[in-house]
Amino acid sequence: MTTTLPDLDRTERSEADDQPRRLSKRSTGADAVFVWSVRVVGASVLVITGGVAIFLGAQLKPTLDRYGLAFFTTQEWSPDTDVVGIAAVMLGSIAIGLTAMAMAFPLAVLMALYVSEYAPARLRSTLVSVIDLMAAVPSIVYGLWAKDLIMPHSSAFARWLHQNLGWIPLFDVPGTDPNAAIPDSTRYISSSFCASIAVAMMVMPMACAVMRQVFSQTPQGEKEAALALGATKWGVVTNVVLPFGRGGMIGGTMLGLGRALGETIAVLLIISPVYDIKWSLTEIGSSSVSALIAGRFSDASDAQLSALLAAGFALFLLTLAVNTVAALIVNRSRSGAGVDA
Amino acid sequence: MTLTADTPDTTTGTTGTGDDPAPRTHLPSYDADAPPRAPRAGLGRRSPDELFVRVGAWFSALGLAWLITQRLLPLEGIPWFVVVWFVAGVVVTGVATAMTGTSVDVKDRVAAVVVHGAMVVVLGALVSVVVFIVLQGWRPLTNANFFVDDMSGVGPRDSFDKGGVGHAIAGSLVQVGIAVAITLPLGIGTAVFMTEVGGRFARIVRTVVEAMTALPSIVAGLFIYTVWIIALGQERSGLAAGLAISVMMLPIIARAADVVLRVVPGGLREASLALGASRWRTVWHVVLPTARPGLATALILGVARGIGETSPVLLTSGSAAFYNSDPAHGSMTSLPLFIFDSVRSGDNALMQRGYGAALALLLLVLVLFVVARLLARPRGNRPTLRSRLRRSSSSRTRKAS
Repeated sequence: MTTTLPDLDRTERSEADDQPRRLSKRSTGADAVFVWSVRVVGASVLVITGGVAIFLGAQLKPTLDRYGLAFFTTQEWSPDTDVVGIAAVMLGSIAIGLTAMAMAFPLAVLMALYVSEYAPARLRSTLVSVIDLMAAVPSIVYGLWAKDLIMPHSSAFARWLHQNLGWIPLFDVPGTDPNAAIPDSTRYISSSFCASIAVAMMVMPMACAVMRQVFSQTPQGEKEAALALGATKWGVVTNVVLPFGRGGMIGGTMLGLGRALGETIAVLLIISPVYDIKWSLTEIGSSSVSALIAGRFSDASDAQLSALLAAGFALFLLTLAVNTVAALIVNRSRSGAGVDA
Repeated sequence: MTLTADTPDTTTGTTGTGDDPAPRTHLPSYDADAPPRAPRAGLGRRSPDELFVRVGAWFSALGLAWLITQRLLPLEGIPWFVVVWFVAGVVVTGVATAMTGTSVDVKDRVAAVVVHGAMVVVLGALVSVVVFIVLQGWRPLTNANFFVDDMSGVGPRDSFDKGGVGHAIAGSLVQVGIAVAITLPLGIGTAVFMTEVGGRFARIVRTVVEAMTALPSIVAGLFIYTVWIIALGQERSGLAAGLAISVMMLPIIARAADVVLRVVPGGLREASLALGASRWRTVWHVVLPTARPGLATALILGVARGIGETSPVLLTSGSAAFYNSDPAHGSMTSLPLFIFDSVRSGDNALMQRGYGAALALLLLVLVLFVVARLLARPRGNRPTLRSRLRRSSSSRTRKAS
């Protein structure tokens, strides 16, 4: 009795045998139901979110039909005379956003450096939580804080700026004399400057969280190599941590800017609406797209409502562009891996 | 460590029995417990000189600040004093370091001072926010009725033991509940679709969802206002506000859940599939449970964002001074909207109530945040309370049967 072993080293191998076995990738039974149901969920979310964008975009047409291209260049927003335009509010939004980032950026970078490099190790996780908590504080709370606690000080500071740096148009307040015996302090309140303090408080923790995460991913070996070559702590920061985290710094700043552009309530609480393009940051009166919408939606006619929606769409496009650039920078940079913002 | 026993020693160095005095090879032994001969230079510990420069600089800066603000320049007030003190501190630290060290040392120490200064500014700002809100808003909160009563029939002159923000708290919870009921299944379902199924269509969905996170919240509110209230003719209600919050929260939750699901190790999925589990079983029994703490954090942070957001609610819910249990009909105030209305009213007592509501909102967000942190904490080996309960109950049933 002999056992026939399968002939393992056949020589007459045909071409057909070398083909890989065909595997069906199609899911069957419960899996098919699962795949299709989550696909439906995904499609519905696509329809909802995409629908909002398309609906907003569609409002541009009636607005442009009615107001023409002057919609983008008109400064006024006076529904009574039916002259509306978004030039002033758009620039107001940008001015508030940029001023806020000018204040928030250095603080965010330094705070992120403190948490990732300077803080004692046992405080680190607490500080991370504190920053996240700051990001979760409702914006209306920051608005109240800036309006009732900070505004008197910020207006005094604005007057000081006018006295000493008044030749810079940003700090000039036309129509008042800062050196008068009894200065007109009401000209310095409710300004873009004060609103951007509240917005800066809001976006600083957000930018800081992104930066801290990127800084903490700096390879330990490179830091130790710098230290071993005799670098001081600041040397490590400037030569290793900051170059490594550059993408995260720019990305975090842009994300903060995107949020700052759309901020409503803190701005609405503080500014007094004026629809003019003005250079001065510290003069009373300013405007932003979101504050315009919140202030004017209730008494708007149909045409003005679609004009407001078109203004909102323009703001959305702006923040979208800023966020997309931020995401590209964060993802492209070496430090981008695993950063969720 | 010190080297001991240089001289021949009968007790330690030799192994002889005493009959043979000839010296053998002698091994030096180290006494680990002996004190060092010279104190070692402390690594990282500051020398007295350095400590003197660091601390002394701030005292000298204090004096300089007094001199500058009180005697030299017309800078009045405590804020200027603090600012000048800080600037003088940086300068004095730099100068004092330059006297002993090189420019590298100066840069290092000045940078450290500036970084610490920024930390103080940031934490000081947070503390000032919290303290300011507490100081302005604690008075109404001392009455328990503030949390349960509504504002119907409460005049501006009434004291704080009448009326409260119960209706606003209830309204906030109802609206956020509606938003969570909509966004949680849709958001997590979309995240599952994007990570587990994939394909070209999933990439399109991901792109659109990421783009929509840029939507300003006021525009979400205006969208619901135009479509739901103007075009469809519905009234302003809690439901409309919930929808507006959902439009705002959906991309945030979907994106955060996507990030959480993407970091579930692929090995777990493959192990489950290799054991013969189907794809939906893998998702249900492996992927989602692994990601549960992260998903909970994403949800709670989204809720904290949604509950504090005023602008979508401002356009859609309408404000009411009374309890409204029906989200589909009638105005329903929420906490942020109550704060906004009462602060704008200009009435002193009402403003205090607004600050009280702000404090309540802050506490609510804080509680949500702490819960999120506790859920997100990596689980140790210690069995959780629930699993222990389950085990004990299952062993009890086994005994009983």
